[in-house]
Amino acid sequence: MVDVVGYRREIPGTQPAHLFPDYKSTVKRAPGKPLIQIPHTLTEVTGPLFGHNKLGPNDADLTKQCAGAPIGERMILSGRVLDGDGKPVPNTLVELWQCNSAGKYHHPVDTHDAPVDPNFTGAGRALTNDKGEYRFVTIRPGEYPWGNHYNAWRPAHIHLSLFGPSYLTRLVTQMYFPGDPLLPLDPIFNCIPDEAARNRLICNFDIETTIPQTALGYKFDIVLRGRAATPMVD
Amino acid sequence: MTKLVPTGSQTVGPYLHVGLTWLTTQDIAGTAGGRRIRVTGKLVDGDGAVVPDAIVEVWQANPMGKYAHPEDKQDKPLDDAFKGWGRCPTDKDGMFEFTTLKPGPVPGPGNSLQAPHLAITIFMRGQLKHLYTRMYFADEAENANDPVLNLVEDRARRDTLIAKKDGEGRYRWDIVLQGKNETVFLDC
Ligand SMILES: [Fe+3]
Repeated sequence: MVDVVGYRREIPGTQPAHLFPDYKSTVKRAPGKPLIQIPHTLTEVTGPLFGHNKLGPNDADLTKQCAGAPIGERMILSGRVLDGDGKPVPNTLVELWQCNSAGKYHHPVDTHDAPVDPNFTGAGRALTNDKGEYRFVTIRPGEYPWGNHYNAWRPAHIHLSLFGPSYLTRLVTQMYFPGDPLLPLDPIFNCIPDEAARNRLICNFDIETTIPQTALGYKFDIVLRGRAATPMVD
Repeated sequence: MTKLVPTGSQTVGPYLHVGLTWLTTQDIAGTAGGRRIRVTGKLVDGDGAVVPDAIVEVWQANPMGKYAHPEDKQDKPLDDAFKGWGRCPTDKDGMFEFTTLKPGPVPGPGNSLQAPHLAITIFMRGQLKHLYTRMYFADEAENANDPVLNLVEDRARRDTLIAKKDGEGRYRWDIVLQGKNETVFLDC
């Protein structure tokens, strides 16, 4: 017999619903039938773990991945990955992607009439250190138009993908910038009903991590799903 | 201790490949010993249209029924070459494919045993949070006693979680997002 310590269930309002018609693509892609709730078993409380062997030397510095310097405003994005009890999550993989400073992705389906930057891939990854900290050097992304509704523009954002310690701590999110006038108009940002939870997707400007003459610093802490109870020490 | 609210989920959007395909892993078996199986499937939306811009991830136990993870304390062998994780973007026809080793049964709640299965995570534009589901194998008698499959009361719906045998060592498992043949998605 194997008893496992499960994870806490979603707190109502703090996560999006699958169906959110303001974001039109959810209408044909969200499940139509109720999900079946399952108990957490060994399958769910385990998950993939990735080490440093996966990472290249400039994976966390998007300003150094190409022959020249990318165009735009350099920024330092750093923060901590925490579990639901506020404890750091060390050695966990963080994947990042974003458009360039003109609002264009390095991607074949991006039809926005804005220039591609040959010196910017828009892709990065990092492992958190033993204190749960991650750090990227990148370029502040631009806003870009999309087809969801008339005159729709995405606020500037950075996509982040995390694994954490288990199958249940997997998270893909987007980080936004303080004071962006597009935030109140964006259905993706506004899919999270709880205002406090929604506003936690906005990073903070940080003078401490700002590098003089070089790059503005922004801080963004990420919280993964927490354990239902403290695991027993054996 | 203070409980923190987990960060809100957001869609991967249409440009997910920029950040995620570097870690594409269709060959989960790698250099591990054992007989390969191939799992192929098609992902379709509520109109029956193929979904060409999704990413499917797999998490599974090894053929002995042990996960390559420190919380699996079972006294069973691990093969360092088998990590049990895969990632595959769907192609223009909505298809995904993995080569792997068939997982063994793993313990379930209480004294139960779970039939061999793959734990699946699905990401795409139009989904604000990823979908969880499972894939079982049609040629496993233990499916009848599986504690998760048995939570799905509707027999026809239960079958959406079971891959059909499609030749020697080959399985076919389609994912339907909505409608009559909608795949069972799990609230984990
Ligand atoms: Fe985006």
